[in-house]
Amino acid sequence: MPEFDPGLKVWVEQEKPVPLNAEIYCAPGEMIALIGPSGGGKTSLLRIIAGLAKPGKGHISCAGETWLDIERGKNLSPQQRRIGYVFQDYALFSHMSAIHNIEAALLHLPKAERRSKATGLIEMVNLSGLEERLPGQLSGGQRQRVALARALAREPQVLLMDEPFSAVDQVTRRKLRYELVQLRLRINLPIILVTHDLNDAMLLADRIYAVSRGETLQSGTPMELIRYPDNISVARLMDLRNVFEGRVIEHDDASELTRVRWLDYELEARLQRRHEPGETVNWVVPSSYVVLHRRHRPSLGERENPVHGVVGECTVMGENTVISVWVNNDREHRLGLTVSNHVAERNSLDIGADISVSLLQQGIHLMPLQARDVSRDT
Amino acid sequence: MEWNALDLSLKLAFWTCAILLPLAVMIGRLLAWNRFRGKAFVEALVAVPLVLPPTVLGYYLILSFGNTSAVGRIYETLTGHGLVFTFDGLLLASIIFNLPFAVQPMQRAFEAVPMSVREAAWCCGLSHWQTFWRIELPLAWTGILSALVLTFAHTLGEFGVVLMMGGNIPEQTRTLSIAIYDRVQMFDFDSAGVMSALLLCFSVVAISFVYVLGYRGRRNHA
Repeated sequence: MPEFDPGLKVWVEQEKPVPLNAEIYCAPGEMIALIGPSGGGKTSLLRIIAGLAKPGKGHISCAGETWLDIERGKNLSPQQRRIGYVFQDYALFSHMSAIHNIEAALLHLPKAERRSKATGLIEMVNLSGLEERLPGQLSGGQRQRVALARALAREPQVLLMDEPFSAVDQVTRRKLRYELVQLRLRINLPIILVTHDLNDAMLLADRIYAVSRGETLQSGTPMELIRYPDNISVARLMDLRNVFEGRVIEHDDASELTRVRWLDYELEARLQRRHEPGETVNWVVPSSYVVLHRRHRPSLGERENPVHGVVGECTVMGENTVISVWVNNDREHRLGLTVSNHVAERNSLDIGADISVSLLQQGIHLMPLQARDVSRDT
Repeated sequence: MEWNALDLSLKLAFWTCAILLPLAVMIGRLLAWNRFRGKAFVEALVAVPLVLPPTVLGYYLILSFGNTSAVGRIYETLTGHGLVFTFDGLLLASIIFNLPFAVQPMQRAFEAVPMSVREAAWCCGLSHWQTFWRIELPLAWTGILSALVLTFAHTLGEFGVVLMMGGNIPEQTRTLSIAIYDRVQMFDFDSAGVMSALLLCFSVVAISFVYVLGYRGRRNHA
């Protein structure tokens, strides 16, 4: 007898209409985020999990129950799957008040019970007092809360959220994110969040699945994907811009370092034996592992992979300044880093200024060589 | 004023609407949400009465449902009377020539219901039937009502097809518009004027109502 698995297990494969090749697992109480470019198959995956679309091949089970087994001809309808689905546009029933929207998902209960349960959900999503309002009379954030309450009304076995914050302003977004974090503590469900906003994924998800062209490229905690992307495609999806090409020189077991030739630099990275000496590789360093040398007060830390160049671009973005360093004065080799505005000012980081940075060994990650243009425009 | 003609026209309009309501909802829904081979042809077929001269439509209806046609003979066997020059025949013709007036507004109304809303209903556990009653119909009702009002008004005013299929038999097929024509032929302009004014008023009220419903429908979906 197969072992009972309380989580959501998804395997999907198809060529048309959207190519998909994905394997996903989400445990109860876990929130995973599917990130990737628009049109990359994320929503298609969600729709297949919900039973709104049928894949060419696949198997989906949740809480030990098989929802989809193409080989055996089993495909439960959305009504049979017990899912909570928050649609991108919320898809509220515009002719029904907030509370009636929630009650619509409770038709299996006696009328009196519906009202008390819907009222409880209204309270849970902080909408007390707005029960009788129509969706058109609610703000974007309030509509999202109604959609969430409606999705949870049926006591689903999995909660699916498709770009739930895309239709609200930044302030509401921050508030809703916080509320979702709070809500998670109270529901023990597998939650799948589809987003193209990396911030949402980084802040909310326990694990991220990088999805491109319908394929799950890599999964891991947000930090794992930032620090150890499997390839350039994942690095691009994680918005890592410092991706370069280099050649492995040697592995040094004693100091637990791998040395890599890049331009005229010999960089020291943490030991990564899966790449052979002599192999040409891509390497990546997150901008948080690029440390600025203070121009007027040199320090010991500057010995770690020092790289020199000029400030090619310098853009103030809110409280931070995004700097593009043209390494060795060559605009073809751009290294990005972000510093606080006051750091940029104190170090006189204007366009054309000489600049030196250190690439921290622990941040340098090697990847198999791959063409540069893959997923570049994502 | 010919009260019998008015009564007959109202009866014809009522039964046309009653029969077309479920039929047009079904066809409108099918055309709104399904893609299938030959859809454009089906849509064109539904719209044909809009562009076809009523006499041509009437001619083909006589040909198809006349007493010598297969349908006509079967109908006569079943009911004891034929279709041509009877109220039943008139009703059948009325249903066919009103098809675009009923189907098209309903199709637009159903098209305006977002697919995601229907899918949300399914994800909430609503069956297809529950989704239809609780979600689709309330969201599309303005379009459905518009279609019925248009059909009703159009039936009251239809002349060519009615004359071809029903002729001009008092209390059986003599509708208001035919009575008006008859009165004018007899230079009885007073009676024709009263009946024409009645139809004019009804048409203006009906079309205004359709526009009001249209605004309301757009607001509902906003």
